[in-house]
Amino acid sequence: MLLQYTIRRLVSIIPVLLVVCVIVFLIVHLTPGNPAYLILGEDSSPEAVAQLEAQLGLDKPMAEQFVDWLKNIVTGDLGESVYSSEPVTDVIFARVGPTFSLMLTSIVLTLIIAIPTAIFVVWRRHTVLDPLFTSASLVGASIPEFWFAMLLVLGFGVAVPIFPVAGYVPISAGVGGWLHHLLLPSIILATVEVGLIARMLRDSMLESVNQDYTKTARAKGLKESTVLMKHVFSNALIPTTTVVGLTIAGLLGGTVIIETIFTIPGVGQLLIDSIHRRDYPVIQGVVLFIAVVYVLVNLLIDLLYALLDPRIRYD
Amino acid sequence: MLEVNHLKTQIETNEGIVKAVDGISFRVNAGETLGIVGESGSGKSVLAHSVMQLNPKPPTFYPEGEIIYKDRNLLTLSEKELRKIRGNEIAMIFQDPMSSLNPVFKVGAQLEEAILTHQKISKKEARKRAVELLQDVGIPDAAQRMQSYPHQFSGGMRQRVLIAIALAGNPKLLIADEPTTALDVTIQAQILDLLLGLQKKYGMAIILISHDLGVISQMADRVLVMYSGRVVEEGTVNDIFHRTAMPYTWSLLRSLPRIDGGHQRLIHIEGHPPNLLAPPKGCNFAPRCPFATETCLAVDPALSPRGEGHQAACVLTKEEFNEKKKEWEAVKMEGVR
Repeated sequence: MLLQYTIRRLVSIIPVLLVVCVIVFLIVHLTPGNPAYLILGEDSSPEAVAQLEAQLGLDKPMAEQFVDWLKNIVTGDLGESVYSSEPVTDVIFARVGPTFSLMLTSIVLTLIIAIPTAIFVVWRRHTVLDPLFTSASLVGASIPEFWFAMLLVLGFGVAVPIFPVAGYVPISAGVGGWLHHLLLPSIILATVEVGLIARMLRDSMLESVNQDYTKTARAKGLKESTVLMKHVFSNALIPTTTVVGLTIAGLLGGTVIIETIFTIPGVGQLLIDSIHRRDYPVIQGVVLFIAVVYVLVNLLIDLLYALLDPRIRYD
Repeated sequence: MLEVNHLKTQIETNEGIVKAVDGISFRVNAGETLGIVGESGSGKSVLAHSVMQLNPKPPTFYPEGEIIYKDRNLLTLSEKELRKIRGNEIAMIFQDPMSSLNPVFKVGAQLEEAILTHQKISKKEARKRAVELLQDVGIPDAAQRMQSYPHQFSGGMRQRVLIAIALAGNPKLLIADEPTTALDVTIQAQILDLLLGLQKKYGMAIILISHDLGVISQMADRVLVMYSGRVVEEGTVNDIFHRTAMPYTWSLLRSLPRIDGGHQRLIHIEGHPPNLLAPPKGCNFAPRCPFATETCLAVDPALSPRGEGHQAACVLTKEEFNEKKKEWEAVKMEGVR
């Protein structure tokens, strides 16, 4: 059953990816500016430009260009960087490590903080803790990342220098150094997400706390902690998973800013650099890459959803 | 076995304190079925939840009264001691079987959990016991059905599972809060039959809460009639149905559709139940009572005996009440002509 569901979900992302491709293609092709001019320089002769256009296929009709481009993508060829002449795929994959590392540490940190906090707040829901938490989560979710990043860099990188303010060490060079460099950026990304996820989990749990099945659980003579952690939490996890999925996807955007501030050589920084260099193939590649990751994360969340909620699996 | 004395259950709301249960006393003897009947909002459910202390606390609180079970007052027990009673000594089934099982766990797991909460046995033994319980409540292919999720069961089957869960600890008392209200009539009859059979097999007492007089007359030995958080009449099934002594009970009985009644309009009780935030002065039912007098609006009648084990809360004596009923019937016949 689950396998069938997985296959169905996999098939269903094909049209989504196609739409993504169309949009990415159009963004680049509708942007003012002629790549041929850009490559050859402003002073190049019209003949040379026309020749390069023909060579790059830019003189063909838009639809034909799109199909050619799509064919290349399917075979894994995203073109070459105008800046470094390396294949775009190589350029991107060289940058994937730091970005995924940052996303991983951020989301793990977020969940480690958000889940126990939400459970504790729900457990003590009749105390002043609950309104306090609600305000705090709102503040957390409203903090601008770039501002908070600079604040933390000033605090823990400059005033009390316990964290490096920039750079990245791959995990292959030791987990300690890897984590040491990622912790500060992760805290910043997590601050915003903790507010959102803990709040969502609290709301869902409070909704579940007075449900009939919770009453059945209490009538069995279960401890309130068991009722909350098992019966309430397992149900509240279902809607929260959606938010976690969106958060993971949203982190991709967050990493663009944070990577730039902490000079972490990830995909986000690559995107910013490529925009400065007008390196269209790379921009196109990165945007496509981010979109694909986004879609895949959502697919993963959908599958997780089916695991968490038996009612979805069998539909 | 269970004795409730002058219990008050109140709920704090933004508009004020709701007196959901307002000084109720009753007892349940071992092995018997006590029916509690009343219209929506009369406090039946809150009363049932009070016995198990399952009303959310806050906003619910118990300012007065005691609930004595095995010489202990449940209202003063710690949460830990209460847990030993819940599901073990006293169990409960609820109104809506569709939402009373946790949708994300397998039926078998939910049943095993109930067994393992109170019995120190191995998981394997618990599984065996769970299958037995499912068989007891009439679920076919019990062993396979253990692996099913609640949404793969019909409403009637889910109620059977919930009954099995309630039976897991061999309770001495089962509180059934409108157990068949959400089910259709055929299934309702099956579930009631099942409850009667299990009562014999397990030798437990049942508190059956229902707004359905038919269900009550079929199941109960003794009956409490509740109105606006109070008991207004108490007696055996025969007392309540054939020697009715309280206008409210009488009105309820009159409002039942009759299978031999021909094409008559259903009679209903005029007006609404009183606002429990601010109950009226005098008898709570007086504003809706066809026999109410000046006295009724001023004096709040306590329960007084009408026969052995039969009490009613009404200022009218048995004779006066019978007289009034006759008058009313005569007027009604007049109207028909």
